[in-house]
Amino acid sequence: MLAIIDYGAGNIGSVQRACTETGIKSVITPNPADLKKAERIIFPGVGAAPTAMENLIRTGLGEAIKEAFVAGVPILGICLGAQVVLDSSEEGDTPCLGIIPGKTVLFKLQDKSLKIPHIGWNNVKVTQPHPLLEGIGKEDEFYFVHSYYPRPAKKGNIFAITDYGGDFCCAIGAKNYFAVQFHPEKSGRLGLEMLQRFATWDGEIPAKSENRGK
Amino acid sequence: MLSKRLIVCLDVREGKLAKSIKFVDTKDIGDPVAKARQYYEDGADELVFYDINASRANRDITLKFVEAVAAQIFIPFSVGGGIRSVEDATKLRLAGAEKVNVNSAAVKRKELISEISGAIGAQSTVLSMDVKKTTKTEEIPSGYEIVINDGTVNTGMDAIEWAKTGEKLGAGELVVNSIDADGTKDGYELTLTRMIADSVGIPVIASGGAGKPEHLYEAFAIGHADAALVASIVHYGEYTCRQLKDYLHSRGIKVRTKF
Repeated sequence: MLAIIDYGAGNIGSVQRACTETGIKSVITPNPADLKKAERIIFPGVGAAPTAMENLIRTGLGEAIKEAFVAGVPILGICLGAQVVLDSSEEGDTPCLGIIPGKTVLFKLQDKSLKIPHIGWNNVKVTQPHPLLEGIGKEDEFYFVHSYYPRPAKKGNIFAITDYGGDFCCAIGAKNYFAVQFHPEKSGRLGLEMLQRFATWDGEIPAKSENRGK
Repeated sequence: MLSKRLIVCLDVREGKLAKSIKFVDTKDIGDPVAKARQYYEDGADELVFYDINASRANRDITLKFVEAVAAQIFIPFSVGGGIRSVEDATKLRLAGAEKVNVNSAAVKRKELISEISGAIGAQSTVLSMDVKKTTKTEEIPSGYEIVINDGTVNTGMDAIEWAKTGEKLGAGELVVNSIDADGTKDGYELTLTRMIADSVGIPVIASGGAGKPEHLYEAFAIGHADAALVASIVHYGEYTCRQLKDYLHSRGIKVRTKF
């Protein structure tokens, strides 16, 4: 069973509806015990990092996510799920889960005509092959709504970038954890296809990646 | 780089699709859920539903309708019409709407914008403004006045000032709807759109008057809009969303072309 984590952060209903549309069965759960039984997990969320972390700690879901990661369960983070997975967030100076080394930072844009939050459709450029990014080309766009973005400490954890007054990281991964800053559930067919790939992903990143180590 | 957005507007009356001309004489033109799905598949970047006779009595019909839409389309969509409280906004969000539009109720009580923005976030709070051209006065220096209740009531408020106030109060986006241009198919009110787009730091959606693809190009190139709203130009099959986007792309406007 695919578990969608409910920790009071944003509209997780849209994630479940997108799963249903692609034929993926899922359950929404606020219960850490359910994550232990899950075959795969979606960790969504919109909102502020401090509130999200507070809820994750209080409910025990944060620990359950870390355990699932260690146990090799495929996990897909969306938006906040791509941010609180790092060591910390600039948003309210919040210590985060620390599954992937790095920090979540606020956009600092030189071009004053660009607006924060970054809202709308933008291109995703794959910098390192990953099973969940398969087939994504330079014309493919996804839907973003955010003011902060993940900045992993190691290049090896960066899988895709987006240009908004300069490149920022929009997809991060480590082993069986993969997360995107954009919203596949709101990105039309291309987003649904990514969810579909996640539904069959074994949690491995094939070693043939050409860009690895560059 | 962010793409310019094509937003399809669907006027809904008791769960049916309607299209108004100068805000009167609305007629039903089909099932809005099926239409929404069609526009979604055809490359609309976003949809907006205006519940044109929203009242407390049919609020539940609206929520059911929003749920039905949310199960069918996987791009952002917003809902407007009759939103008077944080509770209204929160319910629509939970039913699956990405954003809510406030209009007349915010003019009557501007705190509504900050209340909704505080509850569901600026990114989900859209201030929709209906604007009519008028003579420049001390009170209305821009010569553009805010009107409410479907364009029937003048407010004496300057449109540019109201746009700035809306931004300050926490609106994340502005819909600038020209009552003069609405339904005419003669093109957007470019002067108005540009004046507002150049005075705020949040995205501006041009609305009212789209009749041909060139009008959309003008909204972006001349009106400085971030998004263009269309209705009858696509509702009656004159153009598909794909055709509009292909045209914009050919004119050098960055739009999402793969969907």
